[in-house]
Amino acid sequence: MARIVVVTSGKGGVGKTTTSAALAAGLAKAGYKTVVVDFDVGLRNLDLIMGCERRVVYDFVNVINGEANLNQALIRDKRVEGLEILPASQTRDKDALTFEGVQSVLEGLAENHDYIICDSPAGIERGAHLAMYFADDAIVVTNPEVSSVRDSDRVLGLLASKTRRAEQGDAPVAEHLVVTRYAPSRVGKGEMLSVEDICEILSIELLGVVPESNAVLNASNAGVPVILEDGTDAGQAYDDLVARYLGEPRPQRFLDEKKGLLGRIFKG
Amino acid sequence: MSATEAFTLKGRMATLSVLEIIDPGRLFDQLDQRLAQVPGFFDGMPLVVMPGPGVDFSHEGFAAMVDGLRERGLLPVAGSGLPAAVAAAAGLGVMRNPAGHERAEKPSPANNGAATAATGQTPAGARDNPRSPARRVDQPVRSGQQIYARGGDLVVTAPVSAGAEVMADGHVHIYGPLRGRALAGVQGDRDARIFCQSLEAELVAVAGQYRLSEQLPVPLRGKPAMMGLQQDELQVEAL
Repeated sequence: MARIVVVTSGKGGVGKTTTSAALAAGLAKAGYKTVVVDFDVGLRNLDLIMGCERRVVYDFVNVINGEANLNQALIRDKRVEGLEILPASQTRDKDALTFEGVQSVLEGLAENHDYIICDSPAGIERGAHLAMYFADDAIVVTNPEVSSVRDSDRVLGLLASKTRRAEQGDAPVAEHLVVTRYAPSRVGKGEMLSVEDICEILSIELLGVVPESNAVLNASNAGVPVILEDGTDAGQAYDDLVARYLGEPRPQRFLDEKKGLLGRIFKG
Repeated sequence: MSATEAFTLKGRMATLSVLEIIDPGRLFDQLDQRLAQVPGFFDGMPLVVMPGPGVDFSHEGFAAMVDGLRERGLLPVAGSGLPAAVAAAAGLGVMRNPAGHERAEKPSPANNGAATAATGQTPAGARDNPRSPARRVDQPVRSGQQIYARGGDLVVTAPVSAGAEVMADGHVHIYGPLRGRALAGVQGDRDARIFCQSLEAELVAVAGQYRLSEQLPVPLRGKPAMMGLQQDELQVEAL
């Protein structure tokens, strides 16, 4: 039985696609057959982050419309065994996603995958709603600033009321918090919310903190999920996060300021 | 999810001010005095007009009074606790408003002492609308969510986020931080109160009297607090 995981946030640009790509690659590396689905129809990005944009022939909407079957649309990752991508359509919009279409595609994917990662578009409209509707787990991605936290709060409310699990009265969608672009030095100066504040406001369990890092931008530009760059801080943060998601306890890192040379001299 | 609908009909709760007419004869004198103190404050304010205890309006009398209110810039939108035909004569609908109805049967606070004896028969029997049991919510109330406990109290055992709204006809209890809006006594119960463990609200209101976050006393922010009406003023007290 495949587990459906939605990566969502409400606000745009907080790192949903980066997190989706990293989570999918991490789960596949851990030996699980994983597919990551881009729900951002019309603003296709996942294929770029995954470095497979030149291999897109058919997409999610083609499958929904019956113009291609799943095997034709799925792109196999060349770096990680057991990782596949279902890209979004760039030429259509969110209205091309139908409830029945999404359901049948997810059912088809569930037959031969362990994890289905749904990369949600920003917002709370149709695309985001369909991305979360069938989810078993939700990864809520938040930046340490008030508007992002407020939007995540809104999304958590929708997860608790507008999903299949909520409507059918099953166990609720399991919610996990991921704080990205975290800069402890700016938290110290009061320019950013601290992880404690965010957890207090959202009152859900913290899965992991990903530090603000050039590695994320570099990896995106290179089309490599950042988790595969294991020498980088962001890569290691995602590695911890996937391990925790799979049940392995790992202490939180990247919560404290890295002291530079000057900092060490002056603060001892 | 059809995109072609021209309209949707929503059952939305709104807080309306209720104008209770206790003495029609002196209404406009006193109203004009009040309006002189706060010019413009009532302009365009939607109102529900409700005859007080023992006040009866004729068709013409009610229509004339509604016209008088309109001339003063108020905006009567409905009547309550009066026959539909009378309200219709003034071009208003009738709000079925159980709490308001119940309140009309109660002695008004102003003449409390004298009225208590006279209306000894009021309790229990006259209450055609017994309060519903309290509604309890154990999940965090998230931004954008709205929870309304109709006819009773609301008990929330989790945080109420900024951008969320919790409402009750009776009291609102929040065993957690209140960061959003809380409205007690939304049908006009002036005895309703709001209780919270940590006062960080955007807005609190009891029976239509409200305060914004910046009007909350600084020393009580982030502290356990209780809010209720005292002489028509919304007061905030430490718990």
